[in-house]
Amino acid sequence: MDKHIYMDHAATTPVDASVLEAMLPWFTNEYGNPSSIHRWGQRTDYAITTAREEIAEILCCEADEIIFTSCGSESDNLALRGIALEARELGKGNHLIISSIEHPAILRTAQELEHHHGFDITILPVDQHGLISTTDLKNVIRPDTFLISIMYANNEIGVVQPISELTAIAHEHNILFHSDAVQAAGQLPLDIEKLGVDLLSVSAHKFYGPKGVGLLYAKRDTLKHSHQTGGSQENGLRAGTQNVPLIVGMARALTIVAARKSNDNSKMKVLRDKLIESVLDTIPDSILTGHRTCRLPNNASFAFEGIDGNELIMHLDLLNIAASSGSACKTGNPEPSSVLTALALSPKLSLGSLRLSLGRDTNDSDIEYIQQVLPKVINNMRGAL
Amino acid sequence: MKNDRIAVAMSGGVDSSVAAALLKRQGYDIFGIMLRLWSEPGQDNNGQNRCCSPASVSRARQVAAILDIPFFVIDSREEFHKNVVQFFIDKYSAGLTPNPCLECNRNIRWGHLMHKALSMGATRIATGHYARIIQNEDKWQLLRGHDNNKDQSYALSMLGQSDLKRTLFPIGSYTKNKIRSLASDFALPVAQRQDSQDLCFLADKDYRRFMHDYAPESLNPGPIMNSSGETLGQHKGLPLYTIGQRKGIGISAPEPLYVLSKNQSDNTLIVDKLSKLGKSHLKAKNVNWISGTTTKDKIRAEVQIRYTAKAVGAWIKPIDDNEVEVEFDHQINDITPGQAAVFYQDSVCLGGGVID
Repeated sequence: MDKHIYMDHAATTPVDASVLEAMLPWFTNEYGNPSSIHRWGQRTDYAITTAREEIAEILCCEADEIIFTSCGSESDNLALRGIALEARELGKGNHLIISSIEHPAILRTAQELEHHHGFDITILPVDQHGLISTTDLKNVIRPDTFLISIMYANNEIGVVQPISELTAIAHEHNILFHSDAVQAAGQLPLDIEKLGVDLLSVSAHKFYGPKGVGLLYAKRDTLKHSHQTGGSQENGLRAGTQNVPLIVGMARALTIVAARKSNDNSKMKVLRDKLIESVLDTIPDSILTGHRTCRLPNNASFAFEGIDGNELIMHLDLLNIAASSGSACKTGNPEPSSVLTALALSPKLSLGSLRLSLGRDTNDSDIEYIQQVLPKVINNMRGAL
Repeated sequence: MKNDRIAVAMSGGVDSSVAAALLKRQGYDIFGIMLRLWSEPGQDNNGQNRCCSPASVSRARQVAAILDIPFFVIDSREEFHKNVVQFFIDKYSAGLTPNPCLECNRNIRWGHLMHKALSMGATRIATGHYARIIQNEDKWQLLRGHDNNKDQSYALSMLGQSDLKRTLFPIGSYTKNKIRSLASDFALPVAQRQDSQDLCFLADKDYRRFMHDYAPESLNPGPIMNSSGETLGQHKGLPLYTIGQRKGIGISAPEPLYVLSKNQSDNTLIVDKLSKLGKSHLKAKNVNWISGTTTKDKIRAEVQIRYTAKAVGAWIKPIDDNEVEVEFDHQINDITPGQAAVFYQDSVCLGGGVID
């Protein structure tokens, strides 16, 4: 068995060859600190300014609204903590709303703000497909609500929220809106004006950029407090010397992905749908998790009754297929994730989740191989019980 | 690539890491498994079992990455608690001194892990134990590890033919020193850690404290007597004492006193001078004969009564299929009910039973 199939692009993607090429000089030839006054610093400062402008163009925002960070989680932390601190200082409110399917970077940060800093949080439920209802959102808004944070597309089940509808509601009530777009950025439109968000988190390694770099879009004058103090880099909002090569790489990756995503998406959608249909057809007691149509083009996520998701990942690994499970944890602690719990799946289903996430190089024969082996694996696992 | 797929039980330690590397070099299709075991919540151990702490998991994953083999952690906390921890509590409560490692090998390694490994397409499992397996005509034999100081066959004496034919001990023919140098030849980053992970599930190393916390109802004070029946004082509960124990009995006497036996029926602790401690016979129950065939005649063997004890020449007289009497050539101290008596002829481990 020589075929190795990577179906875990939602976890991370390989770095695009031209992204790598764009980064290399900034590790070696051009090593100046962008904060330095001399020409060495001037050149690297120019590189990150250019990167910032390229990204701003894609996001349809101003360059100074982009803050470079080290990852999506840091962007989420900066958004929530920064805005909360500001609200506290100006007495602008004490209540924030998140959804029940947020990434831990949002969920745990919000919980920490509640437990240690006295903020109130409301965790908005989702329907069985993972969608937020606008009515529900309206109902939980309070006079002291200062921030709503709802993810653009979910990492586990791929459900895509109607962000522009949700931001409209927030703005009617004069509430800031943040969205974790880490999973969405490689595939969905990132036009800030159309989305209507005030803050948006992005991470490069989800779209063929390097790991260790992300960004936070923050509408001008919304974010004034940093959670990492020190030098005045990034307008004083994120202290620490910028990682020049990684920032250059992120801009390059985002530019590439902006140009090709519509093609890649249509190709992936065809393969994804083929995969979804055949899995649901050939494997008894299986369901699709997430929404059938409001869904990332590369996400096929399932739950199988009576299967341990962790073990399923192991079986697939032995067949040279990389996949994920919402219950997967490399330290062997099988509990359904908060996302699967929020969908109110029966316990029998919620431990048996499988996420197959396609990439732009996934091809027909990859899908066929999975179609061929997955029903057998599930069948064997069920037989072994 | 050989057709055999082998699941290697990996701990992150040098022994199992080298075991995996040796099999890989021999061309087997291998993958690593680590079991996540139950542990008492506590501060010293951060609530982690010492056999599978996050540091060991991460070390084992690192080794797997170097060998380029799949590696999985399987949650076995429930099985471990039910079969090993509860067994430990029950046996101590019943006045015995159990050996949880044997029970773990029986129910967890050659139970749960074997089952998982087979269900994942493995034909055999391999572990980093210092013991050897050879095929002698149609029988599988368990042999002591080549390194006498490291031999672990005692804790494997519960294995049977069907276990041995599905097991590999790749490092059993090497010395510990050789294993260390192989680890460096294979460029494996192995942790410096203690070999023995005895009572791996305790938050500290104090089993008495554990019994206080987890089975307080088993600790009933009662009389301490000497072997002539004189009452000398009061004990704090039989599970807190073990045969041969001298310290912590709490009685001052002209000559040091040792625990001779624990009389569960009248909750009495019997203590006396060292000279009274020795015995030259024992009875063992639940006897496992590794060959799968029991003997009716008495046989000559060496018998080892603890993991670290020296094997002593003895006659083994079968009482029935599951019970034997052992008659030692001379008196030995510390024969402890609940521990295993393991039988050897030279380096061949014949099996063993639980001391009655």
